[in-house]
Amino acid sequence: MRLQVQHRTAYRYDAPIPYAIQNIRLSPRPFRGLRVIRWSIKGETGNELPSYIDGYGNIIHCHTVNRWHQQAAIVVSGEVETHDTHGMVSAPEPLPPFFFRRNTPLTEPCEALRALAAEGEGLSSLLDRLHDLMERIPRRVIYEIGETHAATTASEALAAGRGVCQDHAHVFIACARLLDVPARYVSGYLWTGSEENFEASHAWAEAFVPDLGWVGFDPANGVSPTAAYVRTAVGLDYWSAAPLRGLRQGTARETLEVSVQVTAVAGQEQSQSQQQVVS
Amino acid sequence: MDMEQGRQLAQSFDEMGGPGGDCRPQYRVIRSWLDGAESELLRLKREEAEQLFRQIGITFAVYTEGGDPERLIPFDLIPRILDGQEWDYLERGLVQRVQALNAFVADVYHEREIVKAGKVPEALVLHNESFEAEMQGFTVPQEVYTHIAGIDIVRTGPKEFFVLEDNCRTPSGVSYMLEDREVTMRLFPELFGQHSVRPVSHYPDELLETLRSVAPERCSGEPTIVLLTPGQFNSAYYEHSFLADEMGVELVEGSDLIVEDAVVYMRTTEGLRRVDVIYRRIDDAFLDPLTFNPDSMLGVAGLMQAYRTGNVTLANAPGAGICDDKAIYTFVPEMVRFYLGEEPMLNNVPTYNCAKEEERHYVLDNLSELVIKLVHGSGGYGMLVGPRASEAELGEFATRIKAKPEAYIAQPTLALSTCPTFVDTGIAPRHVDLRPFVLVGDRVRVVPGGLTRVALREGSLVVNSSQGGGTKDTWVIDLPEEPSS
Repeated sequence: MRLQVQHRTAYRYDAPIPYAIQNIRLSPRPFRGLRVIRWSIKGETGNELPSYIDGYGNIIHCHTVNRWHQQAAIVVSGEVETHDTHGMVSAPEPLPPFFFRRNTPLTEPCEALRALAAEGEGLSSLLDRLHDLMERIPRRVIYEIGETHAATTASEALAAGRGVCQDHAHVFIACARLLDVPARYVSGYLWTGSEENFEASHAWAEAFVPDLGWVGFDPANGVSPTAAYVRTAVGLDYWSAAPLRGLRQGTARETLEVSVQVTAVAGQEQSQSQQQVVS
Repeated sequence: MDMEQGRQLAQSFDEMGGPGGDCRPQYRVIRSWLDGAESELLRLKREEAEQLFRQIGITFAVYTEGGDPERLIPFDLIPRILDGQEWDYLERGLVQRVQALNAFVADVYHEREIVKAGKVPEALVLHNESFEAEMQGFTVPQEVYTHIAGIDIVRTGPKEFFVLEDNCRTPSGVSYMLEDREVTMRLFPELFGQHSVRPVSHYPDELLETLRSVAPERCSGEPTIVLLTPGQFNSAYYEHSFLADEMGVELVEGSDLIVEDAVVYMRTTEGLRRVDVIYRRIDDAFLDPLTFNPDSMLGVAGLMQAYRTGNVTLANAPGAGICDDKAIYTFVPEMVRFYLGEEPMLNNVPTYNCAKEEERHYVLDNLSELVIKLVHGSGGYGMLVGPRASEAELGEFATRIKAKPEAYIAQPTLALSTCPTFVDTGIAPRHVDLRPFVLVGDRVRVVPGGLTRVALREGSLVVNSSQGGGTKDTWVIDLPEEPSS
């Protein structure tokens, strides 16, 4: 399907600040399931932002405003053609799967995560086991905005029993790694079939399955990614795949206004019309 | 002195020749000078040295509770002497080792051929705390990663030198090497004049040349170089300001630098000035809060983008610290063979890896004869010297090793060589090591000698300044031609 993405992040400060910088991981890299038709990331001046490819193979744009200012905006706008690959991702990989078995502070195991990972023990195939894990997670971590934050660990989210897609992804990654399966964090966009605007992009997970390669799992929606998903970055956890990481100077308070719109281009089949959770 | 210590010292090789032993040729002048020197004179000279160091302002903050945090690092008056031939061999061995280490780091962040060849375990590389995924696939300027390497060397006999550890992260101590020479020359000009001592004072020029030679390709004119320090609360801040001063480059903190459109600038009174090479003395984790530790206040936001875009050079490269890992260390001789196709000139100390069951059993059975170190430790913290340890300490380490075997390695307790040292009781042998500094740029540069560290406590084998060690001036001297026998 053809998907259009319009994503605006507006920063407003209650007093002028001299400098702000953001790293932006919001550019899809092509693979068998995705072709980029057009994609642009622009900042305050309207110019294209400089970019580079990081160690994970992500495209990172960098936005800097080095003058006194009280507001700024980053606008991502693009169009891609996607195909359903049953969640399978085949793309050139700079880092071998084995690397993605290492933990980070956000995915550090605990007894509760160990127990959750062990629950699907009877299932014979690894793929079934990962699907089973994906389906259990939203029942243990009920979707609720505002209960967790960027630095919430998998262990904390599971203990709280509340969280958003980022927490679902971390719990999935932590459990998969406990099963000795390489797993990683994915950030990206999701078309939900609805016309409304959302306040955030989406996050899910990928696990490495022998013979299939990297396979996506979206615990928040209980499915493997379809043609409705646009992958933009991968990493060991949220920090290395975060859509936006920024820093500013000055003591002013920041207000963030985010609007994410993912629409299917008319004339294309719209098979994925059920409402899905985005966060 | 108890029996254990007596045995230890009796076994040690004394670099001067020891009491009763024949004086080795490089020490002849020093020996006769020592024989004639009154303790009172040496005491006066030591006081003079202390005053000189205080004037210079050299201090070393030690991370322990109590004590004077600004105390002077002890300096021993009596120089440690290597003859030119000994040094020339060491130097060739150092160049070889550091070239292999640099090739290893380049490989680690590209194809990992050494892992594919089965020479180094994949987990030791990819799951290493010091492996920086953010470096994957990036080819750094001149393919240099380990610009400044400090290689710690110990000696057990006339020709027996061993590498104890490699320091490719942000090795420190070179300012002591330079100041010790300065002070020795002022204290003993005549003694110095009687020897043909190879100079070390050009180290800052060599460092500057090294840094200039690795400027980004797109830097066309004279590169602007800065030294990035975590600030005055860092234990090595004196060294940072000293080196910046000697090189004539700006000493900056993270807040003095700013990234705009993937270019690093320094704030100056005349506005922003583009920076080409950063000699950074802050750890990887704090370099760029947008890439590494998000809470870092020490680094520069956006630095990794400028770096990977090819607009700035970082020395040493992030992720080069993987060489400092004491489990990686055991593979360095293999690296020399793998990357250079040569036999290693410098030997490693035999090392037991506690992660391996068989070796762990050996270590636990022989704890009282071994030195136990943390794989990621440095500065002599968290180590156990078996022959010096109490029953309680041995028991505690056995428990720790069993709980987390992969965190520990063990080495035999080496009878480190001794050098004459002026202590409270007069002149006595004390154990030493040597940290030469190897610079890698368009070519490899080594100044003769390095920093000699001395364990001032009788019988002690721990030379780290954080553990009561001191320093000595290190002379590489060319002996007059003697008729060959």
